[in-house]
Amino acid sequence: MTDRSVIDSAQVLLDTRCRCKLNAPWTQFMADTFADAGDHLVDIRDLHFSRGERLLFDGVELSIRRGEVTAIMGPSGTGKTTLLKLIGGQLQPDRGTIHVEGQHVAGLSTRGLYKLRRRMGMLFQSGALFTDLSVFDNVAFPLREHTDLPEPLIRDLVLLKLQAVGLRGARDLMPAQLSGGMARRVALARAIALDPTMVMYDEPFTGQDPISMGVLVDLIRRLNDALGLSSIIVSHDVAETARIADRIHVLHGGRIVESGTPGALYESQSEWVRQFMHGLPDGPVPFHYPAALGFDEDLMSQPRSSRGAW
Amino acid sequence: MRNRRLVEIWVGVFVAMGAAALFGLAIQVSNVQVFDARGGYELELRFENIGGLRTRAPVTVGGVRVGRVADVELDSSTYEAKVTVRIDERYEFPEDTSASIYTSGLLGEQYIALDPGGLDFYLRDGDEITLTQSALVLERMIGQFLYQMGNDDD
Amino acid sequence: MVNGFQRLGARALAIAERFGRAFLFLLRALAGMPALVLRPGLVVQQLYSVGVLSLVIIVVSGVFVGMVLGLQGYTTLLNFGAEQSLGVLVALSIVRELGPVVTALLFAGRAGSALAAEIGLMKSTEQLSGMEMMAVDPMNRVIAPRLLAGFLAMPLLAAIFSFLAILGSYVIGVGLLGVDAGAFWGQMQDAVEFREDILNGVIKSVVFGFVASWIAVFEGYDAEPTSEGVSRATTRTVVYTALAVLGLDFVLTAVMFG
Ligand SMILES: Nc1ncnc2c1ncn2[C@@H]1O[C@H](COP(=O)(O)OP(=O)(O)OP(=O)(O)O)[C@@H](O)[C@H]1O
Ligand SMILES: [Mg+2]
Repeated sequence: MTDRSVIDSAQVLLDTRCRCKLNAPWTQFMADTFADAGDHLVDIRDLHFSRGERLLFDGVELSIRRGEVTAIMGPSGTGKTTLLKLIGGQLQPDRGTIHVEGQHVAGLSTRGLYKLRRRMGMLFQSGALFTDLSVFDNVAFPLREHTDLPEPLIRDLVLLKLQAVGLRGARDLMPAQLSGGMARRVALARAIALDPTMVMYDEPFTGQDPISMGVLVDLIRRLNDALGLSSIIVSHDVAETARIADRIHVLHGGRIVESGTPGALYESQSEWVRQFMHGLPDGPVPFHYPAALGFDEDLMSQPRSSRGAW
Repeated sequence: MRNRRLVEIWVGVFVAMGAAALFGLAIQVSNVQVFDARGGYELELRFENIGGLRTRAPVTVGGVRVGRVADVELDSSTYEAKVTVRIDERYEFPEDTSASIYTSGLLGEQYIALDPGGLDFYLRDGDEITLTQSALVLERMIGQFLYQMGNDDD
Repeated sequence: MVNGFQRLGARALAIAERFGRAFLFLLRALAGMPALVLRPGLVVQQLYSVGVLSLVIIVVSGVFVGMVLGLQGYTTLLNFGAEQSLGVLVALSIVRELGPVVTALLFAGRAGSALAAEIGLMKSTEQLSGMEMMAVDPMNRVIAPRLLAGFLAMPLLAAIFSFLAILGSYVIGVGLLGVDAGAFWGQMQDAVEFREDILNGVIKSVVFGFVASWIAVFEGYDAEPTSEGVSRATTRTVVYTALAVLGLDFVLTAVMFG
């Protein structure tokens, strides 16, 4: 990165002259000034973030290119959803910067942030459909909020989006009447309703049967290429994601451990990445959430209290 | 919402009901248009004893409400109770009108009854009614009654 | 000992912080209100769920409270031979106290709890986050219309309650127990002052409506995004509203009629 090297060389200069350190605001300022918005849609530098005691991100460096389908992969609980929320400005980093389209997200005013978000679509892991609105009204919601389009036109647009996810026939159902997979597809239709320049998909493939999975995978790719979007996919489904992603970043232990094309990652030198990509049960990745005692010890140890949680 | 029209109709009904209830409270429950604090004119009455008369107590003529007690004060020079009443502007009373304090029912509210005289000159704003009869205080009546009984025994 | 003080201090700080958050929240919601002029539909929808859906309980309770008051008042007044003053007794107690207070308590149970639960659930199912990511501020789209509908609905509901309660006592007193209709209304009109009694009652209900809706939307919005958090928010809404209404009623009564 150019901005890094600029800062670094400035530091070197200062070191030789006066042996003082560039303070954080200054570094920040330079990083802001020199961040090149060129072909990078999202630029994440030195990101630190923790949830309570748990340090989720410990210096994440990540650039997402315009026009590509970028996948962020990693084991459950590494903070992929959290990363998307940081990009969307719903959470504030503890340290480090996130630039989207050249704008420093955490530094934006509410108005600026909302303006930026109009160009972002986000598919929530939970779907987040409005339970008091029908499928049709859910997809129409962003259109009605942000445009003054006449109702017939909104209708056409909504049906177009619903057709794309194969749920035109379900338009009058309420979210409670949908299956998990259908709800996800409605949420996807809603995320792309405003034709954003950037779409973030949090687990788009979970709960889809093989047929709709195939359709969705193609849909994401086609949307990306036809509309000139940039897409960020967070997913565990290695095979599907690898099929459409231009580039995959693997998140582990609070950092990006490896980035590259799907092909490169399959052949990765890192045993860890290979295990993840191939889904091998044996390898350096612990399947278990860290526990204080070993399993045997845990079984043998006396419970501290005989009373249960209830 | 599924049935927008129905929702709007119901909200309309609701607001109309609320407005009607407010209107009903104003007209039927209180007596909003008469005796509003500014309308009418004021008269001054002096009593030796007003008993339990309070501000806002009614002023009547022949049982018809014509005004309210606006203020009750003690005249510090004569030690009389000075009562200001506000009379509806529709009514005018002769200068020799007299006033008494009565109680409605045995334990009810006290009120002022005016008894119009026959003169051709009428009371104006700020005038004073001098012919007054004080409130009957129960304890005093009983006391007098006992005193008289004692006298009769002699 | 020192620990006790520390706990007390921590508790007090937590409460102060919550109050501060509630206040900032209110300011943000109020800031979203002017824009509602352009979208009255949102408020109408909320008036439906807050006002129209509360009508049944308000109407039924109003009529019954009035009837009971009529019966009780009559038997008590009879002892003093003042049963003809039934109208005064009923009207003053309803218009000044029972109308605003009971309506606010019913409102908290019917509309406030529903508001808190709805908003809490929207939060826990990420609907509010989703809205934010669609560049729609939930403060303007969700909170402000609900708050405004609460403000507007409460005085109307209280007026309906009061009027029906007086009608209820009329039916019992005049229709059943033989109080003279002329005395019932006439004495009532003599004793009930528009500004002193009716208007102050309306002011009370406006204040209660403001507080009740504020508590409900804040508790919902501030709820922990879990089932337990939502249920706790609902309970808290009812409890806090009841406490706030009773406390405020004391203060307002002291100021207005003291
Ligand atoms: N609101 C929260 N408060 C506290 N901790 C949280 C919160 N949300 C998430 N976490 C923690 O942050 C960590 C990362 O959560 P996140 O949802 O980002 O994981 P993820 O990578 O998306 O996982 P998955 O693939 O299962 O969706 C988890 O370990 C979780 O315990
Ligand atoms: Mg996740």
